[in-house]
Amino acid sequence: MKRRMALRWAALAGLAAILAACGGATGAGKKEASAPGITPNSITIGSTQPLTGVAAPGYDEIAPASEAYFKYVNAHGGVFGRKINYDYLDDGYNPSETPPLTRELVLQDHVFAMFSALGTPTHLSVVSYLNAERVPDLFVSSGCDCWSEPSKYPWTFGWQPDYTIEGKILGQYVKQKLSGQQVGYFYQDDEFGLDGVKGLDRQIPSSSVVSRQDYVTTNTNVGPQIAALQAAGAKVVVSFSVPAFTALALLTAATLNYHPTWVVSNVGSDPPTLAGLLSSFSKGAAGGALVAGMISDAYLPLVSDSSNAWIKLFKGIVQKYAPTLPWDGNVLYGVSQAYTLVQALKAAGRNPTRATVVKILETKKLTGGPGLVPLGFSQKSHLGYEGVEVVKAGASGSQQSAVSPIYVTTNTGKITVYQGKATEPGSSGVPSN
Amino acid sequence: MSSEKVKRSVAGSHNPTRWGSIWQGVASRPLARHGLFAVIVAAAVLVFSYEVGAYTDYELTGVAIFAIAAAGLTVLTGVNGQISLGHGALMAVGAYTTALLLEWHSNLLMILVMAVSVAVTAITGLFFGVAAARLRGPYLAGVTLTLALALPQLALHFSSIFAGEQGIPINPPAAPGWLGVNFSLEQWLAWVAVAAALVTLVLLANLLRSWVGRALRAVRDDEVAAMLAGIHVGRTRVIAFVISAACAGLAGSLFAYWLGLAAPGGFSVILSLQLLIAIVIGGLGSLVGAVWGALFLILLPNLTGSLATAFNLPSSISNNLPQAIFGAVLVLAVLAFPRGIQGGLTRLGGVGLARWRQRRPLRGSG
Repeated sequence: MKRRMALRWAALAGLAAILAACGGATGAGKKEASAPGITPNSITIGSTQPLTGVAAPGYDEIAPASEAYFKYVNAHGGVFGRKINYDYLDDGYNPSETPPLTRELVLQDHVFAMFSALGTPTHLSVVSYLNAERVPDLFVSSGCDCWSEPSKYPWTFGWQPDYTIEGKILGQYVKQKLSGQQVGYFYQDDEFGLDGVKGLDRQIPSSSVVSRQDYVTTNTNVGPQIAALQAAGAKVVVSFSVPAFTALALLTAATLNYHPTWVVSNVGSDPPTLAGLLSSFSKGAAGGALVAGMISDAYLPLVSDSSNAWIKLFKGIVQKYAPTLPWDGNVLYGVSQAYTLVQALKAAGRNPTRATVVKILETKKLTGGPGLVPLGFSQKSHLGYEGVEVVKAGASGSQQSAVSPIYVTTNTGKITVYQGKATEPGSSGVPSN
Repeated sequence: MSSEKVKRSVAGSHNPTRWGSIWQGVASRPLARHGLFAVIVAAAVLVFSYEVGAYTDYELTGVAIFAIAAAGLTVLTGVNGQISLGHGALMAVGAYTTALLLEWHSNLLMILVMAVSVAVTAITGLFFGVAAARLRGPYLAGVTLTLALALPQLALHFSSIFAGEQGIPINPPAAPGWLGVNFSLEQWLAWVAVAAALVTLVLLANLLRSWVGRALRAVRDDEVAAMLAGIHVGRTRVIAFVISAACAGLAGSLFAYWLGLAAPGGFSVILSLQLLIAIVIGGLGSLVGAVWGALFLILLPNLTGSLATAFNLPSSISNNLPQAIFGAVLVLAVLAFPRGIQGGLTRLGGVGLARWRQRRPLRGSG
């Protein structure tokens, strides 16, 4: 009896201590400085990422990869002597988890800017809030064209090619190289999938499209959709899906003995990620071989191209600062995005404020990065990379190679071949300006 | 004159002053007592909200929202004995009603939107309560679980109205003009949510002290005896459902304003289970316990999140550690406080009071 009472008192005291600690940790209320998140020694940036949940396979490597690049930069003097602190939180790809986490980053951690916030549905739930709070929302990890509305969301910038552009270029490839075959669409039922389909429809004649199937991330049974595509006779399936759902689609098609040509958006087609997912979903029965011949697109140097200077640089940085990460498209994405952020911070000068970073992105062209095409930021557009090249996975399903020239376009304009040259990284591996 | 003095002393008041008799008047009327307590808490929260930062105001709003939902659920489950695993779905009804109303007319008055959400959810609760009135125990739990699973699927199926998995965005409510243009949005929403929570708690506290509360408890404790005493069991159970649904609707409406979004992902089965956890941890059947439970639900994940990042673990472990810690704390809390935090406090307070009384001589003795 006495011991129970003692335990109760102890538990009560512990509970009170926990609550007091939580209360103390949140800090006193104070008005924000003109440059929150910036101290003489550091810049703090924040992000929301799917570290758990259905989008985590593959995407959970992006933030650690960016962090590896920031560690490299910090070890080489930082940005004008300031170390970059990268604070990323897990929202599980759930749009209802993102708002509280974003408010934690902005109001409690006082980040200077948001960086690489991942996901179309997840970021749509916070984009109005970030713009109302005037927080730079840089390089959203999503290709929705919703990020390029400078009048409505002046603080938000995209980075990867937008899904409509990707859809147009992939659609043109299907129209030219896979002509005469019936086409089916498989896409995520939100702005990500819908924007991709918009682009595809601008190129692929509607008479060729025999079936349009969508999926939601909360339902991993895609049997009905794949069976419908098979029944409609689609010989080519264009997919705007996250890696887990690309893998599910491939596996389901294999079990149904359905072997169309797969054309998959860059965000869901990374061969090493897919190989790992296929193997784990099928308990080893299937692997990367199902990825053989998959068409996709790229706007960064190819992951397997070890002669490329950017690949050598980035691979070395990841091996040194994040050795547990594999080397694949997601890691390349994370490091390249981090490179662009450091370019932007350096361009903003020694005393950056939130407003100057946004202004510099709109007015100064950031050149010399790893992208195959330029970034399209201007006062009228906050879109990122302006185009892609089409790539194809090899017979083993593990490597991709280019099968088209590099194209650039806009959401509504014509597709043209890009004539510029690729750039090399500087000797330090850190952007110079 | 002397008879008046006798009257006053006979009245049992050993505070023969005017303030004393006012205090007697307040203490003996539940509505006044609860109202006074609520006003004191409101004043304390008002001061608190100025002292702390915007993020704490944001968390305070979350606590108020879950306190409202938990209070409604504790009336249903603790006082009336009906287990509901579907209150997350009822919160979704309130949230989507709010989202659709604001989509239709973005500058509707907030209190009007909340009132309509409460009404719609109460009607949903009425239908569901009538359908479930004959069910008991695990069968009722199962049926409410299907509500929790099925309702978010409606949003996905009718995605043209309910915007599917992406959800319907909602602009944060602007503070009224007289507070100033730069008044913190988080602080305004905190005031609204805490006011709503206090009003709800006062109303529920009075309800539980009235014949309705007695009928609810009677039906929970012994249905046959209640029927013999003239209480209509079915009607009482439906009333409990409607009351708790109305609370869930109010909480859901505020939840939509708080998140800025009404999406199916925010109303999974986990939410319904979290509400149950809140009322059990806080103290089943106790309204103050609902508040403790809400605090537990909001504050503990923050702590576990920061604990998880404090150690440098491989990402597959550190990503999932917060949930593991939450579960462990839950088990420990239930072991130490089987009657919930409020039960534990009452017991500790009761034991302490008894010991204090033992040492003090009784008044008027000797």
